[in-house]
Amino acid sequence: MNRIQQKLQENKKLLSIYFTAGYPSLNDTTTIIQDLEKSGVDMIEIGLPFSDPLADGPTIQASSTQALKNGMTTEILFNQLKDIRKSVQLPLIIMGYFNPILQYGVEGFCKKCKELGIDGLIIPDLPVDVYNEQYKSIFENYGLINVFLITPQTSTERIKFIDSISNGFIYMVSSSSVTGSQSGFGDNQKHYFKRISDMDLTNPQIVGFGINNNATFNEATQYAKGAIIGSAFIKYITDNSIKDLSRFVKSIR
Amino acid sequence: MSYNVNEKGYYGEFGGAYIPEMLYPNVEELRQNYLKIMAEPSFKKEFDQLLKDYVGRPSPLYFAKRLSEKYKTNIYLKREDLNHTGAHKINNTIGQILMAKRLGKNRIIAETGAGQHGVATATVCALMGLECIVYMGEIDIARQAPNVARMKMLGATVVPALSGSKTLKDATNEAIRDWINNPVDTHYIIGSAIGPHPYPDMVTRFQSIISEEIKWQLKEHIGKENPDYVVACIGGGSNAAGTYYHFLDNVNVNIIAVEAAGLGIDSGESAATSVLGKEGIIHGCKTLLMQTKDGQITEPYSISAGLDYPGVGPMHAHLSITGRAEFMSITDNDAMKAGLELCQLEGIIPAIETAHALAIFEHKKFKKEDVVVVSLSGRGDKDLNTYIDYFKL
Repeated sequence: MNRIQQKLQENKKLLSIYFTAGYPSLNDTTTIIQDLEKSGVDMIEIGLPFSDPLADGPTIQASSTQALKNGMTTEILFNQLKDIRKSVQLPLIIMGYFNPILQYGVEGFCKKCKELGIDGLIIPDLPVDVYNEQYKSIFENYGLINVFLITPQTSTERIKFIDSISNGFIYMVSSSSVTGSQSGFGDNQKHYFKRISDMDLTNPQIVGFGINNNATFNEATQYAKGAIIGSAFIKYITDNSIKDLSRFVKSIR
Repeated sequence: MSYNVNEKGYYGEFGGAYIPEMLYPNVEELRQNYLKIMAEPSFKKEFDQLLKDYVGRPSPLYFAKRLSEKYKTNIYLKREDLNHTGAHKINNTIGQILMAKRLGKNRIIAETGAGQHGVATATVCALMGLECIVYMGEIDIARQAPNVARMKMLGATVVPALSGSKTLKDATNEAIRDWINNPVDTHYIIGSAIGPHPYPDMVTRFQSIISEEIKWQLKEHIGKENPDYVVACIGGGSNAAGTYYHFLDNVNVNIIAVEAAGLGIDSGESAATSVLGKEGIIHGCKTLLMQTKDGQITEPYSISAGLDYPGVGPMHAHLSITGRAEFMSITDNDAMKAGLELCQLEGIIPAIETAHALAIFEHKKFKKEDVVVVSLSGRGDKDLNTYIDYFKL
């Protein structure tokens, strides 16, 4: 069983943290991953920076731009991760846009991920149907879980389809927005969380976008299996440093 | 072989809709409705009426006698520069604003580089009384002040794109982000034949009026409706798509696509995507684009802001790969010379984008009896400062 699937079976609400690889400094990647594990998070999303991150708000965009300026590339990230499984047990997911993966070669990318001990991928601009028709078997051959997004606008029928081709969790985008653009959840979102929860899907849901403190973490996980924090974490390491990550994690739960 | 889009939204291997799930409902709504709406008699009537009474169509097909004499062939100019707002862009914005209204949208967003598409969008929003927000790179705002002022006079809000390189590519990213944040009430009027399916096809269909008119106008001129060549400049490729559309399947009509070579193909300062680009994903479609080997999208360069785009529409990527179109690239210097030459030989000041298409006559020999139709996609008023600086006028 994949590490993600094992983690999802634990009887607790999961906290997943996203960070942009190569930010704030090129070689912070392994330190951040190791410290996040020590701080008690449950899952880590390693962001492969992209020049044109369409689904991201200003915070993650800026971190991506800086990471690329620092010299981050796919090859360098893979190199940084080559011994990561000697020290880290948590599920690791790479989150990136499709073009850099396409240029690396989808199969080569998946093969490398398996070698390094990466458990899954989140590729926001790889459409569900293209994945299903062209890439699903490759991902499965290398034991990678592909995570799909749903939003408040996603139709019930499409959610059921996405559930049927998922084999880990569903990334439930909390609102119609790019990352890092809101504070607090309103009734609409709570209603949406409940609606999805009531669908009794095969795959558990983890909420992302708009989680930035203890209150929003608790609200999101009232109905979902866990929550993902990205922009708020990037903002924390921008305003402070990567030295005391446990302070951030403790402020969430 | 078909050069048109297939039912899945692809031109050969190019096209598709590579979009985050957050955009899926908007794009899907458009995909399911655009052909139906365009086929409605009331839509057609309103579109045609506005093109006639408001845009001033049909635009003339003009036999450029002195230019033809100089290059010893027969050159016809399709005068899109005479359209309201000064370029072909308005054909598409008229179509899309009518589409937006039928989809029940009351808020319009657009991206713009030099400001031509922004002005054309602000114009139709004023015409229809809809809210208009135009995203424009901070750097472009600074260098295209008159068009920024035009958009403001027309009632649009111009929002600076502060991310990335702060130019057209980033303005497009910002417009897409706005659409993600406003999925219900907003329509995104993309200005070129790019973006996720159905945009390239929809924009092409709205621009196809150009080749539709060329056919009957040429018949009036010379008694036959097919030229030997159709020529257009290409940034994203909307004027080219419209100019080629009704000739795509007739292989006796040669297609020439003219890209901006900037300071030269190998100079590192170029926008010749068909030469320098590789297959990849940009702004929601699979096409040829300029990128690093690591898949990061790079900044193109051209003296002409309208050709300064790192990708090319998926239809054109397909025309390039299949060899259906001949792609040529023209440097800044050659384009500027050709622009000035048209002023002096024909009394027409062309947009610098268009001047690239005109520059091919110095590089390619045509037969005496050939009929060559060039899309004169826009007028040069907006480029006066560039002309002034370049020629020290």
